[in-house]
Amino acid sequence: MVLAVIVLGVIQSVILLQFDWFGGEASTAAKPIDTLMDVTIVLSSFIFAIVCVALGYALIKWRAKPGDEGDGLPIHGNTRLEIIWTIIPVIIVLGLAGYSWAVLNDVEKTDADAMHVNVYAQQFAWTFGYPEEGNKWSEGELHVPVDRQVIFDLQAQDVIHSFWVPEWRIKKDAVPGLSTDVVVTPDKIGRYQLICTELCGIGHTTMRATVVVESEADYQAWIKKQSQEVPEDLLLTKDQFYETQKQNEEKSGGIEGSGVIEE
Amino acid sequence: MAVAIRQPGWYRGAIGTIIGAAFGFGLVVALRAISGLDVFQTEQTGYPHVIVPLITAPFGFLIGFGAFDYWFRWAAGKPTVPEDHSGHGATKWQDYFKFNTDHKVIGTQYVVTTLFFFLIGGLLALLMRAELAQPGSQIVAANTFNGLFSTHAVVMIFLFIIPVFAGLANYVLPLMIGAPDMAFPRLNALSFWLLPIAGIIFLSSFLAPGGSFDAGWTGYAPLSTGAPLGQSFFNIGVQFAGASSIATALNFLVTIITMRAPGMNLWRMPLLVWANLSTSLLVVGATPFIAGAQFMVFFDRILGMNFFNFLQGGDVISYQHIFWFYSHPAVYIMMLPGFGIISEIISTHARKPVFGYRLMALALIGIVVLSYSVWAHHMFVAGMFSWLRVPIMITTMLIAVPTGIKVFSWLGTLFYGKIHTYSTAMLFSLAFIVTFTIGGISGVMLGMIPIDIHVSDTYFVVAHIHFVLFGGSVFTIFAGIYHWFPKMTGRMYDERLGRVHFWGTVIGTWGTFIPMHWVGMDGMPRRVADYASQYGDWNLVISIFAFILGAVQLVFLYNMIVSWRFGPKAGNNPWRANSIEWQVTSPPPVFNFDEIPRVVGGPYEYGTPGARHAIMGGEELEVPEPKPTTVTAPS
Repeated sequence: MVLAVIVLGVIQSVILLQFDWFGGEASTAAKPIDTLMDVTIVLSSFIFAIVCVALGYALIKWRAKPGDEGDGLPIHGNTRLEIIWTIIPVIIVLGLAGYSWAVLNDVEKTDADAMHVNVYAQQFAWTFGYPEEGNKWSEGELHVPVDRQVIFDLQAQDVIHSFWVPEWRIKKDAVPGLSTDVVVTPDKIGRYQLICTELCGIGHTTMRATVVVESEADYQAWIKKQSQEVPEDLLLTKDQFYETQKQNEEKSGGIEGSGVIEE
Repeated sequence: MAVAIRQPGWYRGAIGTIIGAAFGFGLVVALRAISGLDVFQTEQTGYPHVIVPLITAPFGFLIGFGAFDYWFRWAAGKPTVPEDHSGHGATKWQDYFKFNTDHKVIGTQYVVTTLFFFLIGGLLALLMRAELAQPGSQIVAANTFNGLFSTHAVVMIFLFIIPVFAGLANYVLPLMIGAPDMAFPRLNALSFWLLPIAGIIFLSSFLAPGGSFDAGWTGYAPLSTGAPLGQSFFNIGVQFAGASSIATALNFLVTIITMRAPGMNLWRMPLLVWANLSTSLLVVGATPFIAGAQFMVFFDRILGMNFFNFLQGGDVISYQHIFWFYSHPAVYIMMLPGFGIISEIISTHARKPVFGYRLMALALIGIVVLSYSVWAHHMFVAGMFSWLRVPIMITTMLIAVPTGIKVFSWLGTLFYGKIHTYSTAMLFSLAFIVTFTIGGISGVMLGMIPIDIHVSDTYFVVAHIHFVLFGGSVFTIFAGIYHWFPKMTGRMYDERLGRVHFWGTVIGTWGTFIPMHWVGMDGMPRRVADYASQYGDWNLVISIFAFILGAVQLVFLYNMIVSWRFGPKAGNNPWRANSIEWQVTSPPPVFNFDEIPRVVGGPYEYGTPGARHAIMGGEELEVPEPKPTTVTAPS
């Protein structure tokens, strides 16, 4: 039985590790997270193998013969076995939790010289502000240089949205009335998709934006071309923005005017 | 006719509904007139003319239907009408459409009603899968789609999984503990009748201007506070479904604590009773939180109260904390009764005592305690305090331990047994162990913050929740229905059709929900009506299996209906089980027992010669209490 568990566990692990489950990797966070996933897959394969082999073994070995009306052995339990299958899972999950914690600290570490980008989410569009480049802005297309840490400061103007670039392995909700941020170091040049993953209304499905990771030189060339001034609404600090919203609401008299309602 | 109107029943119920609705409508009109507002709004905002009658009409129905007659008389100091028990039990099908206080009738009412809602929820799911079979938009528009998955989840959770367990336990539990009925039969009947009301409110939201509620079953603020009228139907419907759960849970608690037969101490209770004890503790503690959360959204919408209005100092994240403080324990409310069912069935069909019975009971209590401390794992990317994440991750992963204990103990029960697999109930129980293990493993993955950050709000979560709730809860529900069908109807179902249903369900479940893990990890978000074309092939596969899964449920339905009517007589104890409900006739007599049984041993004493769980009334009481012998396994 032990042999069967090991064989099945190994076979499962090998098969499952062949696949690139999380898709392309394009940030420094991807590698440690994917390794964590691989470790979890191997451990899970063995646990699943134990359950399957034990079940299969029991079914083959102790299936009642037709017409056998007898009972099984009156075994009520085995304290040693019960302690073992309590303690070992505790050790496994605490180990995985510790490992996850280490990975979390690793991927969320911020550099002092990280670049800041503002992300404005609204139904159903993304807008990006580049405060370090003289308040340049872009709509529906996010550009960042490769190999430089970026901190995205997220703002939502109406309902909750969520900022997810699958290849970066990061996700964070943009919450109205709250400051959230998320840190990432893109390490692969390319075009990716930014997906809103928090249900935000009718247009949720199509609330996407393009993400362009490019060399520092390309980035500088691109940002120079962005000559527009940031629209007044976006330039406001969060407090100012909500203050304006509030005044509008009071003028229109009620939650209807807050812009929260889509109809 | 005049008599019919004065008697509690459907005529008086219909009149009560009309009076209730008229009262609510009149109240709005009168109050608006007094306040100097337009009697009818020209610019619709909160729709008070719809909302208030929506609350008052159900009460009118319940009063008319007779749910409060006894209590009103008592409260008014009038002589109460003593129960003559003429309405007890059900002799013809019309009896199931009455305000009946017999726990067995209520149990059947629950199971049939919830299976009806299971079909409705399933049809909503199939509509979604039809839309998602191909990339692009073919069948429903995006806003309708949002309404579909929201109502699908709400119907399945509040009108199927939670109440069907209450229904099964309603039927079986009093019999199992040797009680003549539940502790509060009238409250029990009221709990049931709140349920169809909640169902009608949820489903009628499709008729509301702006469509049904479409902010997900989670109804996150501020999307829900700003949504069209349908959202208020959700807010109100949840109150009725929640009141039903809470009342039933209180009923179970009092019944289990005070009405066990003599001799049934805590360690002689069948594990199904333990499971319902734990579930009821969760329901009573947690359900008020969702009621509160939905009231707060409702007040924000209707009365401008600004609990979650960020422009007026409201806190958007606090909605999620209150919501998940109910809704994570709710996952265990939907799972623990199933654990109880599986323990009964596996022990009976393996002809062996449940392995580690006491640890199994303690694991249930452990899950109850831990489940109150894990709610925020739904919010790892929500922008809550970041320090809260790691403690919640640790409790989340620890809750896998008691769950693992249960899986290993079921396996231990099979070892050295005599396993019979002729029963569809046993097949579902065995399949449950495997599918639920997958759901548990993906749950541990979701508990690990770095993995959760990537896969939260993707199809991976959809896969996980369906492996837990379909591969877990619904499998146990099927197992439970097949197991107690002979007891409830007195007839046997067709095992061949049962096996068709079983294999179809297993293949359908795996085919539908396994690929969802893959597309989710690869980058497909959930709650979307359309997706990138690279996921087209897998989505087609998922949809095909979903339709297989849906179609095979018709076999189940046919089997149940036809066997109920024409099945061969089942006999009292077709599974040769030990627990008390199998020692009475099938279906049981109206008052369960002529004489309360006396419990003399544990519920699972298979294999110990002469061991008894209970001595039934009328039997010779000379059987000595046997000492349970523990045999060590040959190594």
